[in-house]
Amino acid sequence: MKEIEIASLKRLTEFVKLNFGYDFTNYAMSSFKRRISRILELYNINSVENLITKLDTEKDFIETFIVEITVNVTEMFRDPSFWRVLRDDVIPGILLNHERIKIWHAGCSSGEEVFSMAIMLKEMGILNNATIIATDLDKDILKRAQMGKYTLKNMELNSKNYIRFQGNHKLEDYYSVKNNLAVLNPDLISNVSFRSHDLVKGDIFNKFDLILCRNVMIYFNQNLQNEVLRRFHGSLFKFGYLAIGSKESLIWCDIANKFIVVNNEEKIYKKFRD
Amino acid sequence: MVKSQLHNRYKAIVIGGSAGSFQGVVKILSNIPENFPLPIIMCLHRLKHVRHGFVEALSIKSNLEVREPYDKEGVKKGMVYLAPANYHMSLELGNYFSMSTEEMINNSRPAIDITLGSAGYVYKDRLVGILLSGANKDGALGMKRIKDRGGYTIVQDPDECMIPTMPNAALAVTEIDMKLKVDEIVKFLLDLAKLYKKY
Ligand SMILES: C[S@@+](CC[C@H](N)C(=O)[O-])C[C@H]1O[C@@H](n2cnc3c(N)ncnc32)[C@H](O)[C@@H]1O
Repeated sequence: MKEIEIASLKRLTEFVKLNFGYDFTNYAMSSFKRRISRILELYNINSVENLITKLDTEKDFIETFIVEITVNVTEMFRDPSFWRVLRDDVIPGILLNHERIKIWHAGCSSGEEVFSMAIMLKEMGILNNATIIATDLDKDILKRAQMGKYTLKNMELNSKNYIRFQGNHKLEDYYSVKNNLAVLNPDLISNVSFRSHDLVKGDIFNKFDLILCRNVMIYFNQNLQNEVLRRFHGSLFKFGYLAIGSKESLIWCDIANKFIVVNNEEKIYKKFRD
Repeated sequence: MVKSQLHNRYKAIVIGGSAGSFQGVVKILSNIPENFPLPIIMCLHRLKHVRHGFVEALSIKSNLEVREPYDKEGVKKGMVYLAPANYHMSLELGNYFSMSTEEMINNSRPAIDITLGSAGYVYKDRLVGILLSGANKDGALGMKRIKDRGGYTIVQDPDECMIPTMPNAALAVTEIDMKLKVDEIVKFLLDLAKLYKKY
């Protein structure tokens, strides 16, 4: 595979921004470049210039482009110890002061994280006290999230995670198997509102007690991370919680001093300054 | 082969390893002194859902601090960095790490090709790439990328490897500057370190 030049990536991101309104200029370079290489390979396109031409001439190719550029790999109860802390410390902490709890899944991908949340809240007996908003840039993946159908192979891992989370039941209690797919009980997400939302340019649209944005900002460079974190700060009630992925850190971000670390291992922070 | 490229312009050492590489890695880390003048960046195949234990196991043997870096953490000399479980680890222009969870490569996440390849891109001829024992071909293309960008390439001598598939795959796709036994790799790194002033 030939090395993709930064200059042609710049032309591509400018073109996409200008014509379709998606802004990838501040995505982390190495993974973005690999995503582009992958698209070129998958669709037999031999240069970034030709990819631009294809986006220009084929009306719907931008949708395919978004589907392929985003990394949707996810799991239910990813990092089980994180979910235990959420259940045992964070959520009870929120409920001390609020009757209802407002949660935002930013970058929810195919919904595994949302179903995990719903199952956890149900087991805590407070699913009906929660307002949950789940957003993603990729509209296609949002549709899949709402269907809640996962392969049995993925369910093996999900079940293992659930066991390590130490839930009250068996994960099988929450789905039925149809056509070799696990179909999650739709009642779990009847309260969830799924919306397409672009973290790069989206405004602050609501206030939350808890924001989960895990394994999403790793695809951004530090400038963009800073911007997005500022908006998360603005979208949290005072003393609201922010959870990021286990390999992310707020240490270097501009707004770090407005958060305190609640759990460093699980990367849970709390807004304590406006 | 056997053109020894010892000079003090290298910026980093990157090491890939899989099945049968643990002993070699331990030997390397236990012989490298505390004030080693370069960062050592490692991508080793590991269990996908075991977050803990590996850093600790390596730390016991290492004179240098071993850590799994955070996303966007800067690369510092005298540190050993280990790719975390279930994330690909890349180097970025500007000399920092970034993580991603994209598809597995050669059934691996972290994939050695990604760490080695991105390091090759960032450090060009200022990089030494080392590939140890392993049972698949992950890392071969990464080594090729390092070579293509002017870096220096070393594989563990296949005769010494518990499972030589990985070094052999690299030998098949690109020019490898040296085949070395682990003891010789250690010696190479120690000789290299002597060329750095403040060392
Ligand atoms: C790896 S998934 C993370 C899923 C889940 N949070 C987890 O940790 O398992 C990353 C998601 O971020 C979404 N994403 C990427 N860029 C985005 C943006 N600018 N705005 C909103 N979502 C974005 C992708 O579409 C993808 O579904």
